[in-house]
Amino acid sequence: MVKEIERAGIPVVHMCTVVPISLTVGANRIVPTVAIPHPLGNPALAPDEEKQLRRRLVQRALAALQTEVEGQVVFEK
Amino acid sequence: MTRKIRVVHYLNQFFGQIGGEDKAGMHPMDKAGHVGPGMAFAAALKDEAEIVGTVICGDTYFGENMEKATKEILDLIVKYEPDLVIAGPAFNAGRYGSACGAVCAAVAEKLQIPVVTGMYPENPGVDMFRKHIHIVETSDSAAGMRQAVPRMAKLALKLAKGEPTDAAADGYLTRGIRKNYFAEERGSARAVEMLVRKLGDREFVTEYPMPQFDRVDPNPAIRDMSKARIALVTSGGIVPKGNPDHIESSSASKYGKYDLEGIDSLTAASHQTAHGGYDPVYANDNPNRVLPVDVMRDLEREGVIGKLHRYYYATVGNGTSVANAKKYAAAIAKELVEAEVQGVILTST
Repeated sequence: MVKEIERAGIPVVHMCTVVPISLTVGANRIVPTVAIPHPLGNPALAPDEEKQLRRRLVQRALAALQTEVEGQVVFEK
Repeated sequence: MTRKIRVVHYLNQFFGQIGGEDKAGMHPMDKAGHVGPGMAFAAALKDEAEIVGTVICGDTYFGENMEKATKEILDLIVKYEPDLVIAGPAFNAGRYGSACGAVCAAVAEKLQIPVVTGMYPENPGVDMFRKHIHIVETSDSAAGMRQAVPRMAKLALKLAKGEPTDAAADGYLTRGIRKNYFAEERGSARAVEMLVRKLGDREFVTEYPMPQFDRVDPNPAIRDMSKARIALVTSGGIVPKGNPDHIESSSASKYGKYDLEGIDSLTAASHQTAHGGYDPVYANDNPNRVLPVDVMRDLEREGVIGKLHRYYYATVGNGTSVANAKKYAAAIAKELVEAEVQGVILTST
C-alpha cells in the first residue's frame, strides 16, 4: 500500500512494528513502532504518558516526511 | 538405514494448539513428539524420519523480538539434536512466514542441517528468506495443508539424504542459485528456438528469468509542514463502531473511507478494529493506538501540521492479496492526490 501511495506522488511514512516486512515490501520512510497489536500505544503506561509516547512517534513520522531520502531509511530516532 | 532421521518441527501458537491471537504473545516453548499438523508430517515421513520434538512460539512475540526469539528457538531446537528442521507451513500469514523463514535460516547457518518450510509466494517471508532456504510453494490458506505436507515431507527427506533437488519438480520457490548442466543443444540453437517461438506468439521458457524489482523512488520531502495537509491511512482495520462496510477480518475484499470531521479523538465507543490478525483488545479499548487521531488533532491545533485530512482510509491487512492491497491503495492514492494531500502516515499492525 505504501508503494502505491508513493507511486502516486505523495510522500508516505510507514509506521509499523515488524520493520523487516516493511523493508521487504518497499517502504522508503519507516518509523518503528511499539508492538503489533498497539503500534502507537502502550497499555502498560498511564493514559497521559501513553499519549506522550504516541505524540513522540507521530512527530518522528512528521520529521521523516520532512527529510529528503534516497532509498529506504528507518527513522530510529 | 540404521536410525531414523531426527526431525524438529516449528509451529506458531495457533497450529501449536496453544490458542489464537490472545496467545500470540507467548514465548518459545517445546514439546516432545509431534503436535497439530506434525501428525500429518509424521505420517508422510513414514519410517524414514521421526518428529522428536516441536518448538512453538507466538507470532506476535516473534515479530516484536525477531533476533531474541530466533536465538531462544534455536536453543530449544538444539536440545533435540535434529538432523532436519521443518517449519510451518505458514501459507499467507506474514508474521508466521517471517518466523518460519528466520528459524530455518538460523538453523541452516548455525547447525548446518537441512531445513524446509512452506509458504504462499506472496508471504513477505518468501522474499526475506528464499535465497537462504527451501520454501515449498503452498496455497494462501490452511485449506491447502493436505497438499503442502506431502510435498514438504518429500523434499525434506531428499535434502536429509543428500539427494539432488529441483525447484520445478520438487515444488519449491527458486532460490536464485545457478546450476551447471550439459544441455543437448548448444546455446545458439536454443536461443533461436526460443526466439522463433516468441515471434510466433507461442510459449517459451526462459533459461534466465530476470528478478522482478518493484521499487518506487521516495518522493521529495515536505517543505513546510505547518501548511501541509496530512492524511491517515491504516492496514490495521480501524473502522467506525459496528464496522458499517463489513470489512472482512481477513482477506479483506474492500477498504473504507471514513469522515473525521468533528472528531477530536477515537474512543472505544466510536471506533473499533475489524482486523482478525492480532489481539483486538488494545485497539478496541483505544483506537488511537493504531490510528493516532488524538495526537494529529493536537498537532493541527498547535499549527505543527497544516491540516489533518478530513477522511481517513482503512483496510484489514491480514492475508490480503498483494494484488488487492495494490488496487485499494491505488484508488486511495488517486483520491488523496485529488484532495491535494501532501503527506501520508500509514500505520500497520
